[in-house]
Amino acid sequence: MRESIIMKIHYGTALAAVALVAVHILMRLTQGFSESLQYDSVIANYKFLPYAGMLEIILILLSIHGFNGLRVILLELKQGRTYEKAVSYGCVAAMIALITYGTRTIIMVNTGLGMM
Amino acid sequence: MAQIPIITEASTTPSPKVITLRIARYNPQHDSNKKFMEFNIPYERWTTVLEAILEVKKYFDHSVAVRYSCRQATCGSCGMIINGKPRLACFTKISELNSNVVTVEPMNNFPVIRDLAVKFERLFNTHHKVKPYLIHDDSEITTDSKEFLQSPKELEKYIQFSNCIKCGLCNSACPTMATDSLFVGPQALAQAYRYVADSRDKGKDTRLKIIDESHGIWRCHFAGSCSQVCPKGVDPAMGIQLLRGYMLGFRS
Ligand code: HEM
Ligand code: SF4
Ligand code: FES
Repeated sequence: MRESIIMKIHYGTALAAVALVAVHILMRLTQGFSESLQYDSVIANYKFLPYAGMLEIILILLSIHGFNGLRVILLELKQGRTYEKAVSYGCVAAMIALITYGTRTIIMVNTGLGMM
Repeated sequence: MAQIPIITEASTTPSPKVITLRIARYNPQHDSNKKFMEFNIPYERWTTVLEAILEVKKYFDHSVAVRYSCRQATCGSCGMIINGKPRLACFTKISELNSNVVTVEPMNNFPVIRDLAVKFERLFNTHHKVKPYLIHDDSEITTDSKEFLQSPKELEKYIQFSNCIKCGLCNSACPTMATDSLFVGPQALAQAYRYVADSRDKGKDTRLKIIDESHGIWRCHFAGSCSQVCPKGVDPAMGIQLLRGYMLGFRS
């Protein structure tokens, strides 16, 4: 992919994340901040699909942004054909792994899988 | 009656002030690290760092390696680190440094040939890479040739960037250059802008494509050190942001 397209995605995900994280923070502040991480509250939030969907989008945006940022740092740290290939594919793999893991949590809560 | 100025002995033969000039000595062929040699050099208000170094070569140690040519900030040969900052030795007066000790070292981010002389290959290669010339279908002069007219406004868009003397001080100051051995660098990027912004040039797409790669323009993080050290008033950091404007669709 052209570097300019990657960087447009990098800046775009950052801007979109600012907007969505703002909604996320407002949501937390209005729904009782101190209970945010209590078990029932977390489960309820994940079961409220519009909110869970937004969290999923934030997860995707920041995984793309963060791992591309990491790729940039690593490319500037050391150069070489195999190293750069490993960095690029490694970052995409880590990005997909993180998104999959986070998505799995939301799906499990909503389908009742893994609940005791 | 006209006043005749009184000429005192002190103003005709002022006792010269003296600085300690510390010169980095290093020969990569047989030294493991650089060492500093110190010389006491008398100087006047107008003495440049290059003149002080040449004084050392003349009277103390002929073997000090230094590159210079024009002695007037035109050829771009004498870039070095002077008291920690990349500067032209011929364009830096000792008196303006406000220090009794003047330390000169080779430019950072360039391989050292010996002492203060560094290799310019990477600078010239990256400069060449961005096609630093006008690209135009009918740039050859034909019999009924026409002029390529340009308005002062069009000239203003790039004129400061054409002052670049390829001294490499900007590349020496750039933090990305320090770790990314393939980064195209502020000097070449500023020159890419200089030609892209020229109304007579038709090579915009070619050049934008050349710098749009993984070690190209996007590896600039806008530290701005390049623009701070340029002795010719070029602002490479701004050139880079303007180029990004074309690539992100803010300019055409
Ligand atoms: C939502 C707020 C955020 C904004 C507005 C933002 C913006 C940016 C921008 C503009 C860059 C490019 C900097 C450059 O090229 O010099 C960048 C780089 C980067 N970002 Fe973010 N970012 C945000 C959040 C995050 C988060 C949460 C992470 C971690 C997951 C992250 C990780 C990185 C990394 C690793 C880089 C590469 C470092 C660099 O290029 O300097 N960012 N960010
Ligand atoms: S932009 Fe300035 S500092 Fe960089 S090479 Fe040209 S004249 Fe030297
Ligand atoms: S000797 Fe030419 S720029 Fe200094």
